[in-house]
Amino acid sequence: MSLAFCENAEQQFNLVSQALFSALQSNEVATLRISGEKSHFVRFNQGKVRQCGHVGDASVSIKLVRSKRTVDINLPISIIDQNSAEANKAAVLGALADLRVLADAVPEDPFVIFPENLGSSHNEMKGQTLSTELHIDRLIEPLSKLDATGYYAGGPSFRGLANSAGQRHWFSSESFFVDYSLYLPNEKSVKLYYSGNDWDDAKFKKQVDDGARQLKVLEAKPRSVPPGRYRTYLAPAAVSDLVSMFSWHGVSEGSLRRGESSLRALRDKSKTLSSQFGLRENFEKIHVPRFNSYGEVATNQIELISHGKLVNTLISRRTAKEYGIESNGASPYEGIRAPEVLGGKISEKEILKLLGTGLYLSNLHYLNWSDVQGGRVTGMTRYACFWVENGNIVAPIENLRWDESLYHYFGEGLVGITDFQELIPDTSTYGERALGGTLVPGMLVDGFTFTL
Amino acid sequence: MQVNLPDLLKTVHLPKCDWMGLRYMSEHKRYFTVRDERPENVGSDLSQGLMIEVLVNGQFGYAATQEMTKQGLQDAAEHAFNYAKTASQWALFKSTTAQRPTVQGSYAAPYVKPFDSLSVAEIYDVLREACKVLKASDKIIKTATSTQMILGHSEYVTTYGTHIQQKFNQMMTHMEAIAREGTIVQRRTDNGYVSRMYQSGLEGLNADQMKARAAQIALQALELLQAKDCPTTKTNVVIAPDQMMLQIHESIGHPLELDRILGDERNYAGFSFVRPHDFGKLQYGSKILNVTFDPTYPGESASYNFDDSGNKATKEYLIKDGVLVRALGSLDSQMRSKVPGVANSRACSWNRPPIDRMANINVEPGDKTFEQIIGDVEDGIYMETNRSWSIDDYRNKFQFGCEYAREIKNGKLGAALRNPNYRGTTNQFWNNLVALGNGSTNLVFGAPNCGKGEPNQSIRVGHASPVCSFKDLEVFGGAV
Repeated sequence: MSLAFCENAEQQFNLVSQALFSALQSNEVATLRISGEKSHFVRFNQGKVRQCGHVGDASVSIKLVRSKRTVDINLPISIIDQNSAEANKAAVLGALADLRVLADAVPEDPFVIFPENLGSSHNEMKGQTLSTELHIDRLIEPLSKLDATGYYAGGPSFRGLANSAGQRHWFSSESFFVDYSLYLPNEKSVKLYYSGNDWDDAKFKKQVDDGARQLKVLEAKPRSVPPGRYRTYLAPAAVSDLVSMFSWHGVSEGSLRRGESSLRALRDKSKTLSSQFGLRENFEKIHVPRFNSYGEVATNQIELISHGKLVNTLISRRTAKEYGIESNGASPYEGIRAPEVLGGKISEKEILKLLGTGLYLSNLHYLNWSDVQGGRVTGMTRYACFWVENGNIVAPIENLRWDESLYHYFGEGLVGITDFQELIPDTSTYGERALGGTLVPGMLVDGFTFTL
Repeated sequence: MQVNLPDLLKTVHLPKCDWMGLRYMSEHKRYFTVRDERPENVGSDLSQGLMIEVLVNGQFGYAATQEMTKQGLQDAAEHAFNYAKTASQWALFKSTTAQRPTVQGSYAAPYVKPFDSLSVAEIYDVLREACKVLKASDKIIKTATSTQMILGHSEYVTTYGTHIQQKFNQMMTHMEAIAREGTIVQRRTDNGYVSRMYQSGLEGLNADQMKARAAQIALQALELLQAKDCPTTKTNVVIAPDQMMLQIHESIGHPLELDRILGDERNYAGFSFVRPHDFGKLQYGSKILNVTFDPTYPGESASYNFDDSGNKATKEYLIKDGVLVRALGSLDSQMRSKVPGVANSRACSWNRPPIDRMANINVEPGDKTFEQIIGDVEDGIYMETNRSWSIDDYRNKFQFGCEYAREIKNGKLGAALRNPNYRGTTNQFWNNLVALGNGSTNLVFGAPNCGKGEPNQSIRVGHASPVCSFKDLEVFGGAV
């Protein structure tokens, strides 16, 4: 597989954007975005293939501003067939006609955002993913003697943006991930991710073998730990889940202004987080498009929480216009696109010793706000989680429900942070394959509350 | 769609395959969001494409494409063929054509008023007017209303002669108000996040009804600012249908999905505490609990005549008199497990393969009026409208939060309570069901974004429930 698919897509995008922008009237401006992928999906259970297939998908969306009215449309586009240029142009011009009718029927948008030429970019990440269609054995054979469940997703994908002010961005990459778990007959399991741009049989096999060895420690009879407050180590994947909550009723400026954010108390300084805790958006280490749907390019790093204090929020152009403040290149949703939690001082060797007696949690599950205003989150433990006594792993645990405030686990309860970070890939494939991930360390927390 | 699907399928040439199926799916969505009486999002979204499925050596392979031409389909068919062939030596189970029945038929969702019976400006005005009613006080700091109108179409043909056409028109509305006084902030919605989701025409956007509900939403958002926090205790809890829908979804719907029970979902959505031998034996809930899979419920969000693998859909009891009797399992899963299932092989879009899903999962009504249910509770709490949900990967230990609650004292509703939450375990909870409302308390809602599958799929499901009364439930309030 190659990026030729992305090059075709870029050509089609150039043609339709040219057609769209030349058709605009004097009272109109527009932004055109494109997104698409060719994906191979192989789903497995018990180390055997459950479902497998291929998906080719691409769509364009047009944001039209017509006499200060803003309307959007999203429609499929053909990028495989070289003869589809005329059909694509016709589809886009037909959509433009529909948008004009829609725009004329709605009021002016008081926070209308006009496209600007804020600079262009072009970014390609080449890779060599596994052609599972022809070489499925290279994925399945290493898993076939294990109770392995999960899926492979890989192939080229692209995102593009152009606007009538002359701005143009392009991002394409060839990438893959295997998101999987290995199970024991007692139903205890470990969660693993193998991801990147270049498939390596040896690396994958080594990870599978290492994972199988990790299962040994889960063979012991699980311990039922009663509800209570325990000293708890949260491994990087668990911290990644906690950090994801900052993108949902968290660091969004619009959310804070409208009373929907869990960080109100941090903003008004009635509460603080631990001085050890730092959160930032870091596009240098996490490879996702830096441009947002307005065409703005975020700076390489944006400090959000520094030494426990909220130093920046994510501000989109629309929020900026509504509240008379400066945008910082955030997406309209104002979620963190490239989250990084800064590392600390605890070495890997010290984790169990410093934990002493308590819980070691590899992963969490199904997080939700139990009280947004109080910053309180609930969820479950999942996968390889252990009861530890005096720095020694004693037994895996029966899963526990927990309910705790971020002001505790990132605040007064935070004992320390590991000196290493892990990139937990974003393996979401709702609608399209996500890119990037979360770069996070592990954390040691005192008095984490378990409820059921 | 311009192409003739049966003719298009006939153009596909593959070396040797036992069966082919071709599914077209399209959705045309129009959406409007108004915030604080100003336009927030107005637009439309079109999605359409083909998925071809091929059976070779007992293994299915699939491929999805937007190129709805002979060449586009031929290319996709070759991908599907290659996958089926190479994967057949690693197959989890051997598939047969019996998993894809030969049927013909159609479905058209009910509606009264077509979506174009109001102009865009008139639709926008309904939403703006409702927003205006939501802004009942300066203490209300955010108001929002929205609607989505979706025209969906699916067509399915196979080389064995199946031909199904189904049309789905969906209508969704949403309203919310956020009230703030000092550091107290409370959000009240129109029965939860986009819960008013139905197979309907534009009759679902009734200006007078929306304004009446908006007034109630605003009133209760303000009432919650002055309310006491929900106490921490174990008590009787009466739950309204707009919270029951999430309770049914998470603690009955998901654990009964047969692909979860077979382990397919262990890496993502999770496993299930239910095992194949539990069917016909497990006392899932108290004897008054009856739960159905009902794709025939008129207007409920996931009604249809055939699932996406061509299985004819019928109403079936999942739980009868409290006993687990049937799983939410497609023909694929039924064949693997030998457990009775339903027609629930569903795909969220043309670009995802069908998997075991919920559709309409309903608690059947009992025999009590709302007044009788409340009247039977000496001391307890009445809760409405989901705002938080979480459950473990075996679908056992759950915790839910609601928007609004009232005390129940001596058989009467009392003062409002804010931040009501409860937690429990699935079997114990359903076995503590002590009373069921009758048809007069029964309401239908929908969940727009049920997530599952690898690759991930988000699908719409429906849930109907009467008001339900439970004993001995652990409840608690907001953060201290």
